[in-house]
Amino acid sequence: MAIVFNFALNINPQQISEIAAGIIWVSFAFSGILIMSRTFVREQEQGGMEGLLLSPISRDVIFLSKVLVSFLFMIAIEAILLPVFATMLNINSFSWILIITVVLATLGFATVGTLFSFMAVKTRSREIMLPVLFFPIILPVILGAIEASKGSFGIGYEPSWNRWLPLIAIFDALFLVICPWIFSYLVEE
Amino acid sequence: MSTQSRPGDTRDDFRPTEHWVLNKLPKYLAILGLILMSINMYFIFVVAPTDIVLGNIQRIFYIHVPMAILSFLGFFIVFLGSLGYFGVWNHIRIYKVLNFKCVQLNTWDAIAHSAAEVGVIFVTLALITGVIWAKPVWGTWWTWEPRLTTTLILWLIYVSYLMLRTYATNKKQGAVYSAVIGIIGFVDVPIVYYSVVWWRSIHPSAVLGPFAESNSLDPTMNLILLFSFLTISVLFTYLLLERIALRKTEDDLSQFKLFAQVKRIEYGD
Repeated sequence: MAIVFNFALNINPQQISEIAAGIIWVSFAFSGILIMSRTFVREQEQGGMEGLLLSPISRDVIFLSKVLVSFLFMIAIEAILLPVFATMLNINSFSWILIITVVLATLGFATVGTLFSFMAVKTRSREIMLPVLFFPIILPVILGAIEASKGSFGIGYEPSWNRWLPLIAIFDALFLVICPWIFSYLVEE
Repeated sequence: MSTQSRPGDTRDDFRPTEHWVLNKLPKYLAILGLILMSINMYFIFVVAPTDIVLGNIQRIFYIHVPMAILSFLGFFIVFLGSLGYFGVWNHIRIYKVLNFKCVQLNTWDAIAHSAAEVGVIFVTLALITGVIWAKPVWGTWWTWEPRLTTTLILWLIYVSYLMLRTYATNKKQGAVYSAVIGIIGFVDVPIVYYSVVWWRSIHPSAVLGPFAESNSLDPTMNLILLFSFLTISVLFTYLLLERIALRKTEDDLSQFKLFAQVKRIEYGD
């Protein structure tokens, strides 16, 4: 992705720090949506979901475990990608703010993504439905993550993360409550 | 043959809804809307004073503002209908009068579906009128300004809501899944709005409601805007009720087809 962007935008070293955060988060969103679209495919193909629902555990646990798996997968990929990007885009990538941003944004991404992945996999044309449903809803998280990362790279006139991190945290908290509740209705269907 | 009658045995079971709200009211609203809309057009194009700064293009705002506000109302109705579909309102009872338990789940779904369709039409028209207004006034068709961006995201969410219904494998699935979008989408809108406000902020400030600056509008303009709002509310209500009645008829028809098939198998025809 970084290489494609390099050719697509034809950037020079002065501009690169301005748009580095955007490039990083577009790549993360792209890899995230690939992971999300696979979350429930195996259950769907082999009927594993019925087995899970029959087992004596609550639906919230099933949902949150799925969220956790997607979250860990995304974090693993981001942990590999971030040093690579930092080298190629020539940015000072390590700061606690950046790590908190990545964790919070990935959590929101995984929570909403898992719910939508469950719906999209059951409709016709599942590959189209997931991005169409997902990106409008997740927009605040991606926007907040880009701006907070920019702040952590030391770009911008003010430390912008002190308003963006609470925003992402509120998003996470809200949807960590709503999504498991809705999931219990979804699996009844 | 059994003497007990089952649903579908007689034609009366499949008559379109007889309730006056869905049957009679839309007809009167249509006539009222036609009269109000003609008066409204006269007000907008003849009575309303021309704006000194913006000129005649400003007249589009008498349509644009009510459309935008009513589309938000439509999406709020989608939210309420989706919650109703999940049975949330069944627990709420106000003085034993307003008892929502008698409302069928399918009716909640019909309300949410209809409100989403009408809301998408209204928000599309609000976007189109806004774009027409923006070109001469701001010198650009589109700008990534908070309210515009939020409205575009809103449009995307509810178009995906309608797409999800189309792509669902059956009606029940479509109803459940779109109710999820109806709830999550509505909860998400304030967050989207604040995120985009912090991201950037040239839209004219609010002229109506609690955040309005006083005396920002000429009194005549204010009255005409309110009248226009009333007119378009009548149009909105008419479209919503008519769509709910249509949706009810669609459901009855599909059920009728199902029963007809069952009968054909029963009688070996």
